[in-house]
Amino acid sequence: MIRVRNLKKTFGTFTAVDDVSFDVDEGEIFAFLGPNGAGKTTTIKMLTTLLKPTEGTIELDGLDPLTHQNEARKRFGIVFQDPSLDGELTAWENMEIHGVLYHVPHKVRRQRTEELLKLFELWERRKDQVKKFSGGMKRRLEIARGFLHTPRILFLDEPTLGLDPQSRNQLWTHVKKVNEAEKVTVFLTTHYMDEADRVAHRIGVIDHGKLVVVDTSKAIKEQTGTESLEEAFLKLTGSTIRDESANSADAMRQFAKMWSSGGKR
Amino acid sequence: MSAIYILWLRELKRYTRSRAQIVASLGQPMLYLLVLGFGLGNVFQRAGYGSYFQFIAPGVIGMSVLFSSIFSGLGLLWDRQFGFLKETLVAPVPRIQIMIGRTLGGSTVAVIQGTLVMLVCLIAGFRPASWIAVPMVLGFMVLIALLFAALGVAIGSSLQDMQGFQLIMNFLVMPIYFLSGAMFPLTNQGKILTFVTALDPLSYGIDGMRSVLLGKTAFSVFTDLTVLVLVGAILLVFGAYRFSKIEV
Repeated sequence: MIRVRNLKKTFGTFTAVDDVSFDVDEGEIFAFLGPNGAGKTTTIKMLTTLLKPTEGTIELDGLDPLTHQNEARKRFGIVFQDPSLDGELTAWENMEIHGVLYHVPHKVRRQRTEELLKLFELWERRKDQVKKFSGGMKRRLEIARGFLHTPRILFLDEPTLGLDPQSRNQLWTHVKKVNEAEKVTVFLTTHYMDEADRVAHRIGVIDHGKLVVVDTSKAIKEQTGTESLEEAFLKLTGSTIRDESANSADAMRQFAKMWSSGGKR
Repeated sequence: MSAIYILWLRELKRYTRSRAQIVASLGQPMLYLLVLGFGLGNVFQRAGYGSYFQFIAPGVIGMSVLFSSIFSGLGLLWDRQFGFLKETLVAPVPRIQIMIGRTLGGSTVAVIQGTLVMLVCLIAGFRPASWIAVPMVLGFMVLIALLFAALGVAIGSSLQDMQGFQLIMNFLVMPIYFLSGAMFPLTNQGKILTFVTALDPLSYGIDGMRSVLLGKTAFSVFTDLTVLVLVGAILLVFGAYRFSKIEV
């Protein structure tokens, strides 16, 4: 379903993603792990047509996203690392806009919005402005929205960041449900190793732009001779802390958090 | 087409939902209209220019259209920081449609805002030369709104964060307003001021409104229309170009 060959992205002299190749099968849940700044988000951005690769090829459902941008975009859904909902609009309206932008016919749109909002336990709150939602509800709405146009692939970039264990648990249960029911391929990144261990069929670990390993959680643990995925991860990527410098967008988000009521994200 | 419509509708919904903001954004034009309108009225009258309140009303309408259209374009900055922009940029929709939807939405909001200010002017005692002028003023508002919404999108696409916002406000938006002849007559001014005001597209918008409302004009209605349409078209193309270059 996803086929990546010798993918490379450089920003000036810095190589963010270096000669990465992997395949993800149809219906598979694939976790892409790595420390901060390892190249996870850059890879997702290239896979989702937001960035052009410096070198290498990508195939999504047999399509090259560079040459068939719009067809490729119809085939995947994406939930970004930071929220991308319109807080002034209601849950229903956010779904509506997404459906129209993805050319989902009116009738299908209404029916699927209802199904998904019910599945993600947001139906009762569909007429409320999204800015009144909790962090977990917002995330659920974004994931429900990502499924609206029945994508073949769903990209989830750290979807559970900042959520409590209950919300995280519930969120993955829903994602698994749709993955099984609709055979959607899921490509996710996360910092929670237990999640990756529990949810993903296979795991890829990236560090300093290079793919360190791609295998099942069990195989990775055996390979590294460790008990848990977390230990295996630390063994593979070392224990030095990677500091990402904050950019202006982070500063703005900080500012917005300070002013938004309750300080919830 | 449906993408343009839904993004247009989004701008409208956002506007109608922020009632406090609607009232707040009426405050500044009201200050200019009432305080300057009545405060400078005597001096203006004695100088032989007639009623200052009548004179400044079209200027204040132009001001509110300018502010709300340019800010709608700069709203792009907020959407960029709070993510919604990405949602539209990865959608299988050509960027040009997204830009058009936003610009039309922003312009519609600006025209509504301008109409509200015009109503307040009428209530406060402003009287146009003839009532037929009112729909013609609406036409000018649309042109002004489109022009500056496109300029706002062009600027919003180029800025990375809100730090540049104050700069744009002080060195672009306020000069556009102050140099537009909204508050003083453009005729019989010094060479430099005449030259600079002639470069300001808003001058033509306000002169156009003033000429249909009061029958007084510094350029001519034909010049006003031509400049607004031409500059507006150029800025729309430029805004669309800048928007197509956004990277997230």
